[in-house]
Amino acid sequence: MQKIKPLDHLILILGALFLCVPVLMTLMSSTHGAVEIHSGGLYITPGSDGAATYAKVLTHRGGFTGDVTGLLMLTNSLIMGLGFAIGKIALSMMAAYALVYFRFRFATLLFWMIFATLLLPLEVRIMPSYQVMSTLGLLNTYTGLIVPLLASATGTFFFRQFFKSVPDELLEAARIDGAGPIKFFIDVLVPLSKTMMAAIFIIMFIYGWNQYLWPLLMTTDESFYTLMRGIKSILQVWVGSQIPDYNEAFALAVLAMVPPVAVVVIFQRMFIKGLTESDK
Amino acid sequence: MTDTPLRIIETERTLLARFREWWSGETANPVKRVQFDRPLTPWLFILPQMAVVVIFFYWPSVQAVTSSFYIEDPFGFGSTFVGLENYQDALNSSEYMSTAAFTAFFCITVTALALGLGLLLAVKADKVIRGAETYKTLLISVYAIAPPVAGLIGMMFFDMHMGPFTQIAGWFGYELKVGINYWDTAIALITISVWKQIPYNFIFFLSGLQSVPVSVREAALIDAQSGWRRFKDVTLPLLAPTAFFLLIINITYTMFDTFPIIDVIVKDKPANNPMTLVYKVYLDGFKGNDIGGSSAQSVILMVVVALLTVLQFRFLERRVHYG
Repeated sequence: MQKIKPLDHLILILGALFLCVPVLMTLMSSTHGAVEIHSGGLYITPGSDGAATYAKVLTHRGGFTGDVTGLLMLTNSLIMGLGFAIGKIALSMMAAYALVYFRFRFATLLFWMIFATLLLPLEVRIMPSYQVMSTLGLLNTYTGLIVPLLASATGTFFFRQFFKSVPDELLEAARIDGAGPIKFFIDVLVPLSKTMMAAIFIIMFIYGWNQYLWPLLMTTDESFYTLMRGIKSILQVWVGSQIPDYNEAFALAVLAMVPPVAVVVIFQRMFIKGLTESDK
Repeated sequence: MTDTPLRIIETERTLLARFREWWSGETANPVKRVQFDRPLTPWLFILPQMAVVVIFFYWPSVQAVTSSFYIEDPFGFGSTFVGLENYQDALNSSEYMSTAAFTAFFCITVTALALGLGLLLAVKADKVIRGAETYKTLLISVYAIAPPVAGLIGMMFFDMHMGPFTQIAGWFGYELKVGINYWDTAIALITISVWKQIPYNFIFFLSGLQSVPVSVREAALIDAQSGWRRFKDVTLPLLAPTAFFLLIINITYTMFDTFPIIDVIVKDKPANNPMTLVYKVYLDGFKGNDIGGSSAQSVILMVVVALLTVLQFRFLERRVHYG
């Protein structure tokens, strides 16, 4: 076997420290008071104000309208993450099913129309997208937050490739048994895709939860703010304040990062599968 | 992890072959030997996706191209057709060119650092046995942190009053002024963007390394005594396809996904601070209300991304020959 030198461990430890210490310090600093942070800098040990800070961030009505609480933003982020992941899986599974299992006119054209969405990320067409959304009256709605993000082909490819690897014999058997296309889809393909669905769900949940630019444009009404949007506004409040609410910003950051990080750590294997096989 | 990534790449390759068939007018082979033959049902299944794609992708994209040829009246009273003027304005403006130069510099630095560090950590993590799982979990977990959260954390670390990095720089007699000094802000942006991207590269390099067959590793171990030579002559060529793929992904990441980091660090004080082309599209469109100019910039970016994506697929194809 290869010799393992202490240097290898040193490099790994340094790498892990570089990546994880900032996260740890964010977590720890969020349990200290704002004044404490202002005078003493960031902390790597827990403080005593954690409970109070989190209670305030979660329940205190803040913002310009005095309506938005951390809990509400948490709920909106959750709606965004779940809605996006579920919507993505549903739409892309159905589209992939049509493309793989049916012989119909224009199938190739439709396939390339979907494929082309990979060419342009949302960021390069934000301005016109915003105009379209405002024409459709979808600003400040959950539909407007979630549905436009579904217009990308990643999921469709993933399922298309998976369906292609499903043995043809299954369809033949199902047809002999007299199953129609809808029955075959629901009773055979969906149960067969469970692992794939779980893997893609993890990736898409994180993607939806972490969205920043789109919610920034789509929501002016604070009751639709997600945690990511909340981070933007808490920083805006800072301008001109004597001692910024460092602790509250840190607590908000912790709330925003704990769910996706937990998902990755808990479902590590499935997450890596979803990531490396969908290539996005 | 397993042999599955290769299988997927195989299908990507046939996908390209299909594209050629389709392009050259030959009939593509059906995806499946047996298929349903119903006139209406497939449309039912594909309709939701098509509706979303047409409304939220094609409509805005077409609109971006059309409005790039117009100048919008600042008070909303119609618009005037100006041909390529918006493009000329963008490409002739020194501000646009300096933003483009910074974007290029930013892309190269972030990509080089994130790829290099990701590879280094993956090679080491592949080698060690004790604690391998712990290292892996620690190195991967940061992946899930959203760019704006990374930006916020970075902002605190580079805070002029209490940031640890500012203090460390102070020990060396350097006063770090992020948000005020152009290059100090650039250092902060690069550090945060690299930090955020290392886990992604690590995951792909590690799974690339672990798909190298044991027989190849053992043969290399016998043939090459020095670890560096083994890495240079055996591991690196085998990883080259993964690296090419990651190269494109990293460039796209630095161009687009760093938007929130820039937004948090630079906030709404773009003057004298570095930014990327994408951020400028947003700034000119939403803050500057220059819809035509912003659209022209969008279209320029679209061309760049489209080229990158085509490159990406070429490399995907190449990946098979190496693997």
